Amino acid sequence: MSLITLIFLLLVLAMFTYFIGKQKIYAQYQAQPKSPGRRILTLPKYFGYVAAMWSLFPALLVWMLIELIEAPLINHQITNYLASQQIEVGENLSLYLNEIKNIEASHLADIEPIKQAIYHRYTQLNTLANNSKNVIVMAIALLMSIYILKRIKVDTAARKIFEKIIELILLMAASIAIMTTIGIVLSVLFESVRFFGEVPVMQFMFGLEWSPQTAIRADQVGSSAAFGAVPLFLGTLLISFIALLVAVPLGLFSAIYLSEYASVKFRTVAKPILEILAGIPTVVYGFFAALTVAPFIRNLGESIGLSVASESALAAGLVMGIMIIPFVSSLADDVLSAVPKTMREGSLGLGATQSETITKVLLPAALPGIVGGVLLAASRAIGETMIVVMAAGLAANLTVNPLAAVTTVTVQIVTLLTGDQEFDSAKTLAAFALGLMLFLTTLVLNMIALYVVRKYREQYE
Amino acid sequence: MNELMMASPMARAKSELTGNQVNVSLAATFEHTVGTPCCDNPKIQTKNVDVFYAENHAIQDVSLDMGANEVTALIGPSGCGKSTYLRCLNRMNDSIDICKVSGDFILDGEDIYAKSQDPVLLRARVGMVFQKPNPFPKSIYDNVAYGLRIHGLTQNKAELDDMVEDSLRKAGLFEEVKDRLNAAGTSLSGGQQQRLCIARTIAIQPEVILMDEPASALDPIATAKTEELIAELKENFTIVIVTHSMQQAARVSQRTAYFHMGRLIEVGETDQIFTNPQHELTEKYITGRFG
Repeated sequence: MSLITLIFLLLVLAMFTYFIGKQKIYAQYQAQPKSPGRRILTLPKYFGYVAAMWSLFPALLVWMLIELIEAPLINHQITNYLASQQIEVGENLSLYLNEIKNIEASHLADIEPIKQAIYHRYTQLNTLANNSKNVIVMAIALLMSIYILKRIKVDTAARKIFEKIIELILLMAASIAIMTTIGIVLSVLFESVRFFGEVPVMQFMFGLEWSPQTAIRADQVGSSAAFGAVPLFLGTLLISFIALLVAVPLGLFSAIYLSEYASVKFRTVAKPILEILAGIPTVVYGFFAALTVAPFIRNLGESIGLSVASESALAAGLVMGIMIIPFVSSLADDVLSAVPKTMREGSLGLGATQSETITKVLLPAALPGIVGGVLLAASRAIGETMIVVMAAGLAANLTVNPLAAVTTVTVQIVTLLTGDQEFDSAKTLAAFALGLMLFLTTLVLNMIALYVVRKYREQYE
Repeated sequence: MNELMMASPMARAKSELTGNQVNVSLAATFEHTVGTPCCDNPKIQTKNVDVFYAENHAIQDVSLDMGANEVTALIGPSGCGKSTYLRCLNRMNDSIDICKVSGDFILDGEDIYAKSQDPVLLRARVGMVFQKPNPFPKSIYDNVAYGLRIHGLTQNKAELDDMVEDSLRKAGLFEEVKDRLNAAGTSLSGGQQQRLCIARTIAIQPEVILMDEPASALDPIATAKTEELIAELKENFTIVIVTHSMQQAARVSQRTAYFHMGRLIEVGETDQIFTNPQHELTEKYITGRFG
């Protein structure tokens, strides 16, 4: 019986339990003597829901537990079998087991007899485990159904129980998100600790040279790898800075125009179009940057006698700036519109012009939201990879010259991890250390911005 | 206006309220504005004013003068157009796309709606105080200094300090806030906030102050203080006030105009309107039978 069939059967059973439970309560309601006053009764469907949950959840829980212990149990059995057959596999037990598991039935004849025997033993065990799992799960579901249908009565607090179940489901959803975050941070942290076992923290954080190629054999050229992350962070900051330099004024001004000057008609058309910018895949921006903007900048630079690299931080930063305009403008527009109309009228009523009203009253009042938007844009810029790969290059130059090729943290993470890599070399582990540093950087940025907002905001109301 | 005068119509209203709702048909009773729309020493004159919100005819053919250095009260049931009319006087309705204003508006012989008239400068001459206190999210000092700064009315910091203090004094707020001029304007109580908004308005020395239900969001004590302030301010300013409270209109104003469904029904000396209303609708409104 396959997985789908089992789920289907469980659901059908739960449905039956629902209907029978509901029907039972309905019948009990009907049988009750009519009382003169009107009493509010719990709807029968709630009893149905509760009964269905009882039939479904314990069975699912047991199923999960069985799945957890199934694999180790089978492995244990196979190991015992190997021992009893006097087969030596030494240290590579898990490798050997994997090989057995990956044997395909159609090619069985080509394989040595010992492995064939083990394979048969393995399939046998697997089928047994599967069947017993199906039987146990179905049995539990059935037993729970019968039990709850017998137990459920008119005076069961079905509505309250249902409410608890809903709360539980919501809590589970919330905790999945939180657990995932914690899990990711921990995994990055552990790998980083392994990396710092090989490369000193100080060398990583303050080293000025980045060339992660490690020699596999001693006679290879460039055997001395250098893991100084400063050029990468400098490159990231340079490109993000250029991007913000483009996005903040453009985004803010367009937001002010849309929320304060534009007619309703223009606004309803223009705002969605502006927000489409955020929906363009970054790879499209990437080739726009690489094929259109970068050559343009280089030609422009050459015509005024500047030497510009064909892949420059300026090109990547400009295009990235365009990309993050909507993050600034959309949020700024929302917070500007949220400033009460009475603020505008108060200022206009004193004979202020519209631009005086905006700079002196609206912007200070909307500051927290605007900073929030800029911050969101900044973290997008720092985390952006595709545009930089295509337009700014891979060369880890230590420079703040926007016309030179630079590389960023995210780009290096990508190049470190793409392709076949061994997961215990310093080169691969460096990616995790970079990830951790990036995470910490954005965290610090966020905290600074929060502080600034708290300190300088002008609170209306 | 004393309490006795007020008491008689109110008492009459109570005794006459027998539960049957008064249904007043406007078309049946209204022909033209009753009373004296013109006055001897007008600051603002308006003639044949019509206002449309898209298709809705919000103000219909209103002609009314507002005398210099006196308080004119605009009263009437909700939705009668009195706030709309008030906002026309300093062109606050300009920013509403669907709002169309026609008719003559004359301030000291000058056409308010003339092409050459700059609404921004006009609003510096015709200031406004709003229903809900709306101090800017700035310090008390900066709130009052706001208008002075944007119009460049002071030469240096000392002069600015003086003007701020003077305005706060005139608004009766200085003694309460002199130790915390740098505290946020929004940290004041509702009544103080409203007096702050009045201080902010008078700081730029407008000629006319429009007040749109300035006390409706305030408690009785703050209301009383605001009313005292209005009475003092009329020495230096022309004041037009929209109010829902007939007692307030009776207490602070010299002339009262009664609006009903976009029409100016009756206008005259406040004493006369409240003791001897000429029009049936006015009488029914001030005796509390609708509104």
